[in-house]
Order: sequence, then structure tokens, then C-alpha cells
Amino acid sequence: MNIIVCIKQVPGTNKVEVDPVTGVLKREKVDSKMNPYDLYALETALRLKEAHGGVVKVISMGPPQAKEVLKEAFSMGADDGVLISDRAFGGSDVLSTSYTLSQGIKKLDGFDLILCGKQTTDGDTAQVGPELSEFLKIPSVSNVTKLIEVTNENITVEMDMQNTVEIAKINFPCLLCVDKDIFQPRLPSYLKKMATKNKEIRVLSLNDFEDKNTDNYGLNGSPTQVQRIFPPESNGDHELWAGDGKSVTTKLYDKIKELKFV
Amino acid sequence: MPKLIVHQDKIKNIENLIKTCPFGAMDINGGKLEINSACKMCKLCVKKGDPGAVEYIEEKGVSVDKSKWNDICVYVDHVNGDIHPVTYELIGKAKELAGKIHQKVCCLFMGEDIAGKAEDLLYYGIDKVYLYESHRLKHFSIEPYTAVFEDFIKREKPCAILVGATTVGRQLAPRVAARFKTGLTADCTILDITEDTDLVQIRPAFGGNIMAQICTPRNRPQMATVRYKVMNPPKKNSSKSGTIVSCHIEDSKLESGIDVMNVYEKEKVKTIENAEVLVVAGRGVKSKDDLGMIQKLADLLGGEIACTRPLVECGWMDAKKQIGLSGRTVRPKLIITCGVSGSVQFASGMNNSEHIFAINNNPEAPIFKVASYGIVGDIYEVVPQLIEKIQKGREA
Ligand SMILES: Cc1cc2nc3c(=O)[nH]c(=O)nc-3n(C[C@H](O)[C@H](O)[C@H](O)COP(=O)(O)OP(=O)(O)OC[C@H]3O[C@@H](n4cnc5c(N)ncnc54)[C@H](O)[C@@H]3O)c2cc1C
Ligand SMILES: Nc1ncnc2c1ncn2[C@@H]1O[C@H](COP(=O)(O)O)[C@@H](O)[C@H]1O
Repeated sequence: MNIIVCIKQVPGTNKVEVDPVTGVLKREKVDSKMNPYDLYALETALRLKEAHGGVVKVISMGPPQAKEVLKEAFSMGADDGVLISDRAFGGSDVLSTSYTLSQGIKKLDGFDLILCGKQTTDGDTAQVGPELSEFLKIPSVSNVTKLIEVTNENITVEMDMQNTVEIAKINFPCLLCVDKDIFQPRLPSYLKKMATKNKEIRVLSLNDFEDKNTDNYGLNGSPTQVQRIFPPESNGDHELWAGDGKSVTTKLYDKIKELKFV
Repeated sequence: MPKLIVHQDKIKNIENLIKTCPFGAMDINGGKLEINSACKMCKLCVKKGDPGAVEYIEEKGVSVDKSKWNDICVYVDHVNGDIHPVTYELIGKAKELAGKIHQKVCCLFMGEDIAGKAEDLLYYGIDKVYLYESHRLKHFSIEPYTAVFEDFIKREKPCAILVGATTVGRQLAPRVAARFKTGLTADCTILDITEDTDLVQIRPAFGGNIMAQICTPRNRPQMATVRYKVMNPPKKNSSKSGTIVSCHIEDSKLESGIDVMNVYEKEKVKTIENAEVLVVAGRGVKSKDDLGMIQKLADLLGGEIACTRPLVECGWMDAKKQIGLSGRTVRPKLIITCGVSGSVQFASGMNNSEHIFAINNNPEAPIFKVASYGIVGDIYEVVPQLIEKIQKGREA
């Protein structure tokens, strides 16, 4: 089975704050890491390969530093890595990210299955997977919590739908977005890390693509625009009760009684 | 298309300028400041950086003719005809938005044998329900559902489409957005609309630390997903209004590479999303055993127990009980937080609750900014006393 896993490099934490007075962002310098949800997609790919044979290729769109997450994937057992990187891809929203990934994937030599994580911790939309499947004209299923059966032609999975579960059989080639906890991701192996230290990572840029029109990429190809960012507001009315335990409890009790909860 | 141009000569303090960028999108390359691919065009560097150092140039991109795209559409989310309540909340919002631009609200409903259910929507003051029925639409599957959406959009040209951020909505909306090469904003918490019919979409970014205002100025339809329990449902009218429009799509367009074998109900669990009363345990709770008193209070109030993320991380509580950005969004009538600091990630999952009470021994705790009633006190004192009072009150 020929599997592609889409992984993204994200900031190590989300700790940013807006100074309410100046409106300037207070950002701590932080490291980058692999999007934690993508570890589950990678683990799923590795298990499928172990059970059914094949090749696991990881692909990431991002700046040159994003090679780090591809290397991390090698140390977990991925066979091959591709980085999609170009200045022209800067400022991509979901649509242009998915389109760029689809153009990159078309340059690889085919696939049976694409796996994506549930969502990223920075973009946090869970939309890239389904949009990518549209550009590739293949079926997709999100919220996959279980693999039930794999044959040469198709894969049967469980899709979690809050109150119900849908069991679906999907023909290859297809795309799945897997939920957290489908499998427990393995730890990177030191031996694999050493063995793949100098492994080559193929880099694809706009020039390699079939569609080279810069209007379709980066900011130009992004229909959504961020107009402004601001700190979240707090609610309107507040009462604060302080004092000894007894008196505040009485106030609390009286209030919930007044509101008819007891 | 808009772009940013750096005027190196106007930079006074390169380090400070770099710090204005929340996305880390500025690098120094050979002593020169460059904007890299992480840029999101938030323009903070233009506003907050040295005057004139970064210039924003707005080139008029090609825009669609917005006057051809009218009305606000709500996608009717359902499983086997059971309409998800987020649908009504979106109708409420759609009516408000449509009112501002003097347009109408319509619904798109697809499935099998759902005509009867569509009638119910007519009690909510909408103009039209576009109904697509076929045995191929019985269960959700991405390709046929997208095909119907495409048919509908081409036919009606809605200005904006609101979709519930359910399992179905979260995969259907992006697929449709990609087909029409238009913008989609996920998990909006605030929606507004301009005179120019541009949807103003506000959503948390960076794990909720910051709110981002996003719009789709050049494309139509505009698309947004909204989580359950964020918007307010409208009142049900006593009589019906509006019409149901039956639409037809050829079966050949409903081909799918997915065969839905079965859909079954999950075991009914009491979820924190459905509870009217929630008592929340935070890290102020010192041991797993002490959760007993929190549970007891919840039971007495006929509610459920919920928690913050650290309690899930240390294995005391199930992940399904976690409120917040990486947990569930809740909107109970009453919520009492016990020993919860009130981080933004937590608050974003519960700040729409009706009555918020917070018990915390630190008067500076951010939760007090969220709570309507803040109790500065020790949960080990307040909670047992409250339990006692409720029990006594019942006996009397
Ligand atoms: C990307 C991201 C996503 C996240 N998502 C979530 C999420 O979905 N949900 C979530 O909850 N968190 C989330 N977090 C974590 C969040 O930032 C906070 O760390 C967490 O909410 C804190 O939980 P807490 O309030 O229980 O604990 P703490 O912050 O440790 O607060 C404990 C509070 O209890 C008070 N206290 C202590 N003892 C007592 C006592 N005896 N009586 C009364 N008060 C007492 C203290 O004053 C303190 O305010 C997320 C973080 C990140 C980075
Ligand atoms: N830049 C990227 N490169 C590779 N994969 C990505 C990228 N962005 C998103 N993805 C994939 O799409 C999933 C959903 O991302 P998002 O829509 O940003 O929440 C992620 O879990 C990844 O599998």
C-alpha cells in the first residue's frame, strides 16, 4: 500500500497574549514541533504498512525548517519525505494550503491512501483534509476512530458522529482524517534517527508544479483575509463576594435558590 | 491582492518591529528585514511598528459581482432526519444577519424521507426550505452530499452559508468551499455582516488567546461553521410560514466511492453538552477522592460533573468531561466552577453559559472576569457547606 501522510510543523505552545493597552502582541520565543494530531495519522500509516506492506511517505508544506518534522517522522519509521516550500506559498489560508498540497501530491508517483490528522494546533480548522480530497477528486472520511477491514480495493472504517457511529467502506484511492486515540503513537527510535540522519528530503516548489500561476497560491490564492486581531473580551456584569466561608456560602445558596436551581 | 512592502530605511528598531508580529513571520536576512511565508496579513507590523517601515498596499483583486449573490442559507444538519439543534441556532443568527442587509433566510435540507421534518423548520420564520430527497442521500457520504450542495449553490447563489460544526458539517463545508474555491472560516463565535454583504467572521485563534476577525471580500458564497451552543435559537412561532421547494437531482450525480454499511446509535451517555447544570472541578481539587464532593453537589443540583484539562491529563476524569477549547463547548443554565483559574482555553468553552458562578480562593483569578457571581473562598469550606444547606433546605 502506498500511503501519504500530511504533517505540519506548529509552534511548541500557543502562548501569545495581546497587551490590552497597546494592542501589541507579547510573544515568547518558542520551539516548533510536529502537530500532535498528525502523530496519530503517522502511527495509523505505520500500522497499515506493518500489516499490509507498502511505503509510507510524509509530506509537509512549510518553510525550510519544516524539514525537522519530516526527519522526526523518519525516526518513527516513515520511508520517504517531501517538503513543499516556496516564498509564493506565504500567507496561505485553508483553500490555498489544500490546493498547494494537492499540486505537490500530483507530482509524487501515485498513492492509495492519504492520511491527515484531525486538526492542527495553530490553524485549528480541521478543514485541510476535506479540501485536499476535493482537489484530488477522491472520497474522504473524517473523524475516523477505528479501522475495521483493509482489502486490496478498499478500507472499512468507523466514523464518530457524536451520538451515532457510521461504518463506511471507502474505495482506494481515498483520504482519511483520523481522530486522536485511533492508535497510541510510538516514540521515535534513536537507531532509526541515526540511520536516517542524512536521508535526502525532496523539496518541491512552485516551479515543479503543473499549475504555476501565482494567483492560485499564498495570499493571492486565499479568499479569506484576517482583518484584525484582538484580545478576547470578558462578560459584562460581575459580582464578587469575599468574606468568611459561612457568609459567602449563604450568599451563594440564596442566589441559586432565587434562580430556582434548588 | 494586498501585499506588504518593507522600507528598510524607515526601520528604527528592527528587533521591536519583529516583535510586533504574532506569527513570527519576520526574519533578518543579510541585515535586511524580510517577511516570510508565515505572514497572515494581520497588518499589526504596519500599525504598531515604526511609522512607514512596513507599507500595506491594497491592489484591487478581481471580485465577484456581489449583487448576484443573495440570501443567507443554513445547512440543515441531521442524522436520519433528526435535526441537530445547532441548525435552529444558525437560523436565529441567519435571521439577524439577513435583516441587516434586507435579504431572506433559506435552508438546505438533504436526505431520504425528510419532507415531514422539513415542515418543522417553517415554524422559525424562514423564507424557503430547499429539499433534496433520494435514497442515495439516506446517510451522509461526502461526494453525493457535496453534489447536492453544488446543485443548490449554482441554482440559488446564496450570499452566505452557515453550517453547524458537527462531524458532518466539518467535512461537508470544506469540500463545498474547495469546489467553489471560496473561503470558509471554522468555528466562528461571532458573526456580523456589512452593508456590502461581507460576512464578518470572528473566531478564536492561537488556542483562544486571541480573537481574529476574518472576511471573504472577493468571493461568494461566503461560508462559516459555528459550533453548537454558541448562537441563540429563535423562538418557535405558533404558525408556519414560508415554503418548501422540492428540488431534483439526477441519481447519476450522486455516485459515491463510499459505501455506508451501517449507522448505529452510540450508547446513550449523559454528556456535559446536554446538561442544564454543570459543576466543574479544577486543579483546586487536591485529590481524586475529593471529586466526590463535587459529584455530590452536581447530583443535588440534578446536573453533571465536568472538569478542566489538567484533571484529564492526570487521569482523574474522562476526556469527555473536559470543557474548553480542546474539550467540549457547553452552555448550561447554571455552571459552578470549583478551583478553576479560568484560563482563556477553558473559558472559551463555557463563557456563553447562562449563570456562571465561580469559587476560587484567589481574588485575582481570571475566572472572576468570566463569572457573573464570584465567590472568593476555599472550595473545601464552601462546597461542603453548600451541600449541607441544600440538603437542609430540602428536608425543611
Ligand atoms: C492549546 C491549549 C488548549 C487548552 N485547552 C484546554 C481546555 O480545553 N480546557 C481546559 O480546561 N484547559 C485547557 N488548556 C489548559 C489551560 O491553559 C489551563 O492550564 C487549565 O485550564 C487550568 O486548569 P485549572 O483552572 O483547573 O488549574 P489551575 O490553573 O492550576 O487553577 C487552579 C485554581 O484553583 C484555585 N484553588 C486552589 N486551591 C483552591 C481551594 N482550596 N479553594 C478554591 N480555589 C482553589 C487556584 O487559585 C487556581 O486559580 C489548554 C491549553 C492549551 C495550551
Ligand atoms: N502545511 C501543511 N502541511 C502538511 N499537512 C497539513 C498542513 N496543514 C494542514 N495539514 C494537514 O491537515 C490536517 C488538518 O489541518 P487544519 O485544517 O489546519 O486543522 C492536519 O492535521 C494535517 O494532517
